[in-house]
Amino acid sequence: MDQVFWHRIQFIITVTYHYLFPQLTMGLALLIVVMKGLSLKNRDALYNESARFWARIFGLNFAMGVVTGIPLEFQFGTNWSRFSDYAGDVIGQTLAMEGVFAFFLESAFLGLFLYGERKLSARGHFAAAFALFLGSWISGYFIIATNAFMQHPVGYTLGEDGRLHLADFAAFVLNPWALWQYAHNMAASVLTAGFVVAAVGAYWSLMGKHARHARVNLRLGMITAAVSSVLLVFPTGDEHGKMVARHQPATLAAMEGVFQGGPFAELAIIGQPDVAARKLENPIVLPGMLSFLAYGTFGSVVQGIDDFPEADRPGNIELLYYAYHIMAGLGTLFMLTAAVGGFLLWKGRLERTRWMLWILLLAFPFPYIATTAGWWTAELGRQPWIVYGLLRTEAGGSSSVHPGNVVFSILGFSGLYILLSFLFVDHLRRQIVAGPEPSGSH
Amino acid sequence: MEALWFAIASLMLAAYAILDGFDFGAGVLHRVVARTDEERKVVLAAIGPVWDGNEVWLIAAGGVLFMAFPRAYSAAFSGFYMPLMMVLWLLILRGISIEFRLHADNPIGRELWDSVFSLASALLAIVLGAAIGNVARGVPVDANGEFVAPLFTNFLASGRCGVLDWYTVLVGLFALILLAAHGALYLAWKTAGPVHDRAWRLAGVLWRVVVPLWLAATAATSWVQWEIFANLIARPWSWLLVAVMVAGLVGVVQFMRQGRELAAFLSSCGFMLGVLGATMAGNYPYWLRSTLDPAYGLTAAGTAASAHGLRLALAWWIPGILLAVGYFCYLFRSMRGKVNQEIPAQRV
Repeated sequence: MDQVFWHRIQFIITVTYHYLFPQLTMGLALLIVVMKGLSLKNRDALYNESARFWARIFGLNFAMGVVTGIPLEFQFGTNWSRFSDYAGDVIGQTLAMEGVFAFFLESAFLGLFLYGERKLSARGHFAAAFALFLGSWISGYFIIATNAFMQHPVGYTLGEDGRLHLADFAAFVLNPWALWQYAHNMAASVLTAGFVVAAVGAYWSLMGKHARHARVNLRLGMITAAVSSVLLVFPTGDEHGKMVARHQPATLAAMEGVFQGGPFAELAIIGQPDVAARKLENPIVLPGMLSFLAYGTFGSVVQGIDDFPEADRPGNIELLYYAYHIMAGLGTLFMLTAAVGGFLLWKGRLERTRWMLWILLLAFPFPYIATTAGWWTAELGRQPWIVYGLLRTEAGGSSSVHPGNVVFSILGFSGLYILLSFLFVDHLRRQIVAGPEPSGSH
Repeated sequence: MEALWFAIASLMLAAYAILDGFDFGAGVLHRVVARTDEERKVVLAAIGPVWDGNEVWLIAAGGVLFMAFPRAYSAAFSGFYMPLMMVLWLLILRGISIEFRLHADNPIGRELWDSVFSLASALLAIVLGAAIGNVARGVPVDANGEFVAPLFTNFLASGRCGVLDWYTVLVGLFALILLAAHGALYLAWKTAGPVHDRAWRLAGVLWRVVVPLWLAATAATSWVQWEIFANLIARPWSWLLVAVMVAGLVGVVQFMRQGRELAAFLSSCGFMLGVLGATMAGNYPYWLRSTLDPAYGLTAAGTAASAHGLRLALAWWIPGILLAVGYFCYLFRSMRGKVNQEIPAQRV
């Protein structure tokens, strides 16, 4: 067990748990803006009641996101102090900018949005929702730019003191990796919100409750899911994958389960990687597709895992392979579901098609699974580096913090987060069952 | 350049302490000033729109500290590993207790979350004070610029000391009473009805306790770390901060006597700004002093990022912070007026 093992476990737990909340709130912020906009335009209280219902869900998710997010910023220092010491001069910029430009905007207008509806005009309240949306999307960009530097470092110089220094601010902030990763990530967030909104609409429809609100939610959720599921694959997923192929070829090989490289590389749809035997078991493959997707022609050479020195390969090939395949497989199913649902909506039959409503009701956890798998692909794929090609993960941990401390805090976080999960689900369930309140009762 | 960023980061940390301080204080007093469910909703509605934004000052100050002084950030955060983890858990519990309290639909749930909220607020107030105490006293930074601060050792404020000793506990106690008094003035300003009356009465009592504790903490600091006072005396510009501190205290007393709630609360903010500002000004150039050897201490210049990055950051920090101050002024202005129980909880 290397010395960063427990640091990594703690970060995996805390970051995976945290992201469940912003994943919904970023996308939902956009949908709330749309609902508020429709209510302004159509002068219809229906949309505003829906917006108010989702604002309650948003508030709860946002609070969870904030309180589980603070530990992440702290852990840069507490658990990854050598990494922070090494790269802080560069990534400190985006982390500080996130606080100053995004979090202040987000939190100030959240207060106004949640508490100020009666103190603001209808337009003013719409503007508060818009500012909230803007803040959460800016925050997403800065944190992804930070991650993008770890994936594909640009705009730095290596100083004589052995630390990274910022050289080109624009290159660092506009890292091409960040642009595609951000677009891909935000598409996933919008998709999540679309499926969640559609699931609530489907639930009310199946229960025969809140019929008008159910219709609004189904329609808005379905359209959102249809658009975002396409954007998720093309162009964002495709371009992001090409970035990985270009800059992290060892990662690509491990994600795809390619042990021996060559031209006309096959794309594995399913199969289990047998790392010891260096092959995929029970594979179903599309010949030549990987070469085409990664480099544009079927004859392009894709390097295999065996083409890279042992020390530079991702450590956990099995988990990386599955994480990637779960993400990609679910992504395909989202498109299919959204296409069928979208077709039924277009034909005006969605609310009466019970089997489709059941599918939509049960589908909402899968965007969370797919997104988690996607982030695990990115983070496992970057191994063994914490800053790709520059600093190894094992050299990034805090040397002064011993495992006894870290195991203690892992247990603390785990207990607390299990407790939070029960409370959160219970509160959410009650909100959804209660449904939207008609205007005036408030 | 490092001196400027030292001032900026200190100022942001002080802003955090003042802003989240009043909602910590409101939390400490929550169960005392509000007895019925309706009254407690008034307290929560008074801090509801702002507490989250207040907490962002911690995140933003942390981000700026990381950007401008990566070495101080990494050494301090890993050195204070255990206490920081507990701070995180308290912040989590406190944040969710406000949220779950609002949605709780039975008296047992409300009772539970009210208590968690109060207890976590009180512990955080003490921790905040103990943190300042650690900065003033110093920690066992070694020759590598690293340290490990255990929660406690022998409770003596020197050598291989822990996070808690007689001195930092004293400062923590001072912070608890100060923030409670600060929060009482906020609640008196923002609420009407019985919550207002109790908060106003309590503020009078609490400020009478703040003054002797402040004198005791000041005397103890001069005993533990005379250098802070030596620096303050030698730096005439820092007298301004001392003046703000004294004026703030006089203002609190004077305006409370005149019944001017907002002015008293703002004076209390001034007092806190003065206390924190004078401490940091006296501590400069150190972020963290070493209790082992003064040469090992983490100074601003020794832990700063490169000059290029710091200059560049100034170009975005200035407009960014002006925007942030703008949002907060707009928020407080939009939510102006007192919260009272005739208007039920106004949250969506």
